[in-house]
Amino acid sequence: MQTKPKALTYLDIFTATVFLASVGMVFFYAPMEAVMGNVQRVFYFHVAVGWVGMLSFFVAAIAGVLYLRSKDRKWDMVAQAAVEIGIVFTFLNIVTGSIWARPIWNTWWTWDPRLTTATIMELIYFAYLMLRQGIEDPERRARFGAVYVILGFVSVPLTFFSARLFRTIHPVVIGTNQPGAEGQFDMTPKMLQTFLFSLFTFTFVFIDLMWHRLRLGRFAEQVEQLKLKLSL
Amino acid sequence: MTFLRATLAVITKDLAGELRSRELLSAMLVFAVTVILIFNFALELDVKTRGTVTAGVLWVTFAFAGSLGLNRSMAIEKDRGCMDGLLLAPVDRSAIYFGKMIGNLLFMLLVEAIVLPLYSILYNINLFQGGFLGVVFLGSLGYVSVGTLLATMTIQTRTRDVLLPILLFPLAIPVIIAAVKASMGYLQGLEAESIRPWLNLLLVYDTVFIAIAFMVFDFVVEE
Amino acid sequence: MIVVRKLVKRFGLKAVLRGLDFNVEAGEFVALLGPNGAGKTTFLRILATLSRATLGEVSIAGFALPAQAAAVRRRLGVVTHLPLLYGDLTAEENLRFYGRLYGLDSLNKKVAEVLKLVGLFERRFDLVRTFSRGMQQRLAIGRAVLHDPEVILFDEPHTGLDQEACAMLDNVLREVAARGRTVVMTSHDLMRVSELASRFDVLSNGVIVASVKREQLQPDQLLAFYRQAVQQDSSSNPIHLAQEENQLR
Repeated sequence: MQTKPKALTYLDIFTATVFLASVGMVFFYAPMEAVMGNVQRVFYFHVAVGWVGMLSFFVAAIAGVLYLRSKDRKWDMVAQAAVEIGIVFTFLNIVTGSIWARPIWNTWWTWDPRLTTATIMELIYFAYLMLRQGIEDPERRARFGAVYVILGFVSVPLTFFSARLFRTIHPVVIGTNQPGAEGQFDMTPKMLQTFLFSLFTFTFVFIDLMWHRLRLGRFAEQVEQLKLKLSL
Repeated sequence: MTFLRATLAVITKDLAGELRSRELLSAMLVFAVTVILIFNFALELDVKTRGTVTAGVLWVTFAFAGSLGLNRSMAIEKDRGCMDGLLLAPVDRSAIYFGKMIGNLLFMLLVEAIVLPLYSILYNINLFQGGFLGVVFLGSLGYVSVGTLLATMTIQTRTRDVLLPILLFPLAIPVIIAAVKASMGYLQGLEAESIRPWLNLLLVYDTVFIAIAFMVFDFVVEE
Repeated sequence: MIVVRKLVKRFGLKAVLRGLDFNVEAGEFVALLGPNGAGKTTFLRILATLSRATLGEVSIAGFALPAQAAAVRRRLGVVTHLPLLYGDLTAEENLRFYGRLYGLDSLNKKVAEVLKLVGLFERRFDLVRTFSRGMQQRLAIGRAVLHDPEVILFDEPHTGLDQEACAMLDNVLREVAARGRTVVMTSHDLMRVSELASRFDVLSNGVIVASVKREQLQPDQLLAFYRQAVQQDSSSNPIHLAQEENQLR
């Protein structure tokens, strides 16, 4: 069993440092938003974890395509790791959103397209994990998983579009605004810097977690191999 | 040519078997009627609410009955190892997919062809409008195109029939929403302009998922 | 007719076939013997184009797998321990369906011929659901030979059949073999195959450990031959061997 690679240790330290820095920025550097007050600070991490969720599912879909092309089990492990991380971060995205929505929209939950899409996305990837659980043969598990992860990713924009055709009240902070959104605000330069730094931070959190998860997967495989050797 | 012949062979085989046993159709039908009855009491389908919820009631019914049919249709291929028999034949795998998919679509349309007039009579609503029937077709097509692919997978898993709705429903949400909204539009006599986005969504969904299923079906059946 | 070189098949981390070599000449009837879990079914599924090898080369009738699978499928008939038949169709409808998939001409004639060959012509309008296991198995053989394949693969065709059904099945098998087809059949019923096959190969631990032609062997020596082959291979595992011997008796 190999020891922890040096690069991973450095990455851990770096990620922890920027994470602390961005927490500091969110609370002490970014100015308080005039209308919403302190609760607006949730926004920085809310978008960042949402970004990691989408990034994970995107990585999983790419890994699915690569698996079907190469039949290399490494890609299956990448897809599974990415989905697990994506599920956690999408959940955090929904929770932080609720914390913000309670005072601003005056409700924990509303059937807004983004919220609906995020929830359906969670269901799709939970289904992915259940599918994997129902298959013994690792090769078939990887193959079916790859197919489903591709289907799932393709359906997400369609789900979003269909939910969006219903009226939305979710604010669009980046890009064009639409009338009727509640909780809208313009970012000051300091807010923008904090926001971009959060995105940067969480991208590294994602890379760090992926690395750890893949390493864990490799260990699990080695354990399987040793078990197999013992049983022969 | 061989592709078409194989597809046709699979469709006629499914129809012939079903005409004899009527297992799948009767199960779907009885189930569909039961669901509508439940909705009748759960939603108090009085004259006022009927207009707005009819589309939703119908599509939920079709989706549930459809997943029942998909499971059964693939179970037939698994029971005596017939899937292997199909794979042993020198035909393109996607011909098998299209054969099963079109067969499933026909079963679903057949159930709809019985449920719709029944619903019309029970609730005194005219469901026979060209636009609405077109939506029924497009919605069912999208649903079975994903459903057939997924059922081919779930039938090869340990949990089998339990897994199909769990995998299928979240993926089918866009097609169900679009079908419900478009149907509602036609039934309430809205102008074509407000229905068009939903029709476009249906068309996009159908095209995208049939294309993907066509590309990945090989991976679902071959070891 | 069948050439297999250094075939490896892994399921996850577990190797079921480990560098198997196998050669069959046209017209041979090879019985593939071996303990449970030796990889017989896995091997046959690879030959049948239903499963892909992890490593190694397989070619049948001069066509390589999996690249030319369609050409191989056209020349291949397969009988597994499941009949691959539709219960809600009649015997005749089942055969007609498979005939259409293979794109056969003069289908009516061929279907009638095959039904007579397997002794089910009188029952041709009956649903397969109503057939006994033996009858289903015979119809399965009919299905496998309908397109007149050059190579026929049988995976444990006698499983679950009573004595009488076995005897009828053997007649059909002999008939098929007499037409000069190349046959590979897995079995663990030594008594049965000793009268059918022209060659006996033993598959153990993922490789062919022994092979003998029928004329090199007295019928009563087959059991000894098999035991020796398996024993050499699994000498490190006496419990395993004891189970096998029990099964043979």
